[in-house]
Amino acid sequence: MTTTLRVFVDGIAFWAPTLPGWEVARAAFGGDGMAVDPPLKRPSPDLLAPAERRRAPDSVALAIEVASAAARDADRDPKTLASVFTSAHGDLAVNDYMCTTLATAPTQLSPTRFHNSVHNAASGYWTIGTGCHATSTALTAFGRSFAAGLLEAATQCATDGDAVLLVAFDVQAVGALSTVTKSDGLLATALVLAPERGPRTRAGFELTLQSGPADTVALRSTAALALAGNAMADALPLFEALAGATQATLTMPLSASLALRLVPIAS
Amino acid sequence: MAQRIVPIQITAYTTTTAAGRGKAALLSALRGNRSALRPNDFGPTPLATWIGRVDGVESEPLPRPLADWDCRNNRLAWLGLAGDDFLDAVHAARERHGAARVALVLGTSTSSIGATEDAYRALDVEGRFPEGQRNPLVHTLHSLANFVQHALALEGPCVTVSTACSSSAKVFAAAERMLRLGLVDAAIVGGVDTLCGSVLFGFNALQLVSPSPCRPFDAGRDGISIGEAAGFALLERVDTRAEGGLRLLGYGESSDAHHMSTPHPEGLGAEAALDDALVRAGIDTAAVDYVNLHGTASAKNDEVEAALIARRFPARVHASSTKGFTGHTLGAAGIVEAAASLLAIETGFLPGTVNSATLDAACGPQIRLAPARADVRVALSNSFGFGGSNCVLVLGRDAR
Repeated sequence: MTTTLRVFVDGIAFWAPTLPGWEVARAAFGGDGMAVDPPLKRPSPDLLAPAERRRAPDSVALAIEVASAAARDADRDPKTLASVFTSAHGDLAVNDYMCTTLATAPTQLSPTRFHNSVHNAASGYWTIGTGCHATSTALTAFGRSFAAGLLEAATQCATDGDAVLLVAFDVQAVGALSTVTKSDGLLATALVLAPERGPRTRAGFELTLQSGPADTVALRSTAALALAGNAMADALPLFEALAGATQATLTMPLSASLALRLVPIAS
Repeated sequence: MAQRIVPIQITAYTTTTAAGRGKAALLSALRGNRSALRPNDFGPTPLATWIGRVDGVESEPLPRPLADWDCRNNRLAWLGLAGDDFLDAVHAARERHGAARVALVLGTSTSSIGATEDAYRALDVEGRFPEGQRNPLVHTLHSLANFVQHALALEGPCVTVSTACSSSAKVFAAAERMLRLGLVDAAIVGGVDTLCGSVLFGFNALQLVSPSPCRPFDAGRDGISIGEAAGFALLERVDTRAEGGLRLLGYGESSDAHHMSTPHPEGLGAEAALDDALVRAGIDTAAVDYVNLHGTASAKNDEVEAALIARRFPARVHASSTKGFTGHTLGAAGIVEAAASLLAIETGFLPGTVNSATLDAACGPQIRLAPARADVRVALSNSFGFGGSNCVLVLGRDAR
């Protein structure tokens, strides 16, 4: 039995220091635009109050930025959107702070940094900021976290019949942890996925599970290749495809022995 | 929108907690009304608190072929998988359906961060992790699920859910969706969290840790006791040829939209998750026989949860918190308390709320300190986490 999940992309968002927004990223992926120079430092999402915006970990600022942009792009009220947050490592700077403090002065640990260390911190700030009571989850699947998040979001779409916001992000590895865990720079993407085609639909895909090893799709643009060191880089082939509106089938590895296959639905 | 679901079969389950290995050890502690908490003896500079520690984890490294994954959390996962012939049940499911048709969805709050903490205490002169502690697959949150997938030779979808203390309740929801759609034919769900500096000192920083064994719903409660645990369940679509057996009847998930580390004062999110769970199970609260409460013994959680139970459930419902037996096992709490609820359904033994002596005035007649016996057809398990993440499970048995 092969199950096919149909999802439609109603909202797209992208943020990296060199590609701060989907319009810039789309142009650069398509060869019609350039990366921003000098790169931005980090996003500054309006949803957070000014003090919160300054204090928020990079992971939270990134996630909130793309989540807001994708909901706006899809013309959906964030209050009602179920959400799936996915990140290979969560906030690596917070982890480095926690482990450093625990090794030196454990009783001095900051309570705020501790509650920011949970993997669902971005999901928490997003639902608090938007007043959203819908379900929200936070996932990881190491280097396959985007594909795993996409599968979960598509699964929710297909079962509950509502639109789902998928938010994917990873940040720079820092400190001693960076000698083991590899992730360069900041990268965040978001999609609003809907179970039916609507007025905002930009693309549609049929998703199936494909057993056996699959190759990662090679990146085509220099702008995307420059981001390949981030732990969320498994998102990039899909965003290149969305930029080019190509009709090619994509396979995204979920593990060494399983892949997610995306066949575009003709509009 | 939440809609009624077709019940999912719970073919096998197991849990290992401070009370011991396998579900019989937990049941024995519940029956004996014995708390498994002990004075904190974990780590180089233990805080003055009580913990639920699993005996023997330090002295049982992973078997040689799995040695690259060695760390406290993966050891506890391995010990947990060995309970209640669970490995045999997984093997049979893999044979029945094929390795690619078995999903693995595990919850954890901190996974193997304890190994990363250890490495930070032993950095070399250049500030790098010490030799022999540099496996990137260990120093990351997906370590647990990645390890278990490898150890069980599974090839289906494999994902970690990490939503703090609701993690290993939400795994049931994710698995049900994959089973319903036919993406897989079986799913291993569960969760593992182990004692580590992050949670002991983190909850201490938030002034949420009790200096004595936690007393859920007690008028004098003064915080949580942190525990560690592993638990797993094998879920499949119902085999209509087989009568009897345990069921996942429903689940509800919601967000508080209130605060990162404090529950919504009116329990808005918790109640939304409850309503969602009841809709999916196609029941109302009158059909519920037992509620395993989140009941952490933090001042705020218990106040909000007690009010929710008092306003929504009939007086005859037996509700209790088992945190005093095991400690708050954080990302593993969902699966541990699902196991306690399934034990209630299987045995008719309803656990009490150990350590507590005087119920808070906010408690209705539903919240019980003493254990009891009754026929349990439907049990609920509440799990609420940081970030305002809520999940309510509805568990039952074959109604035929």
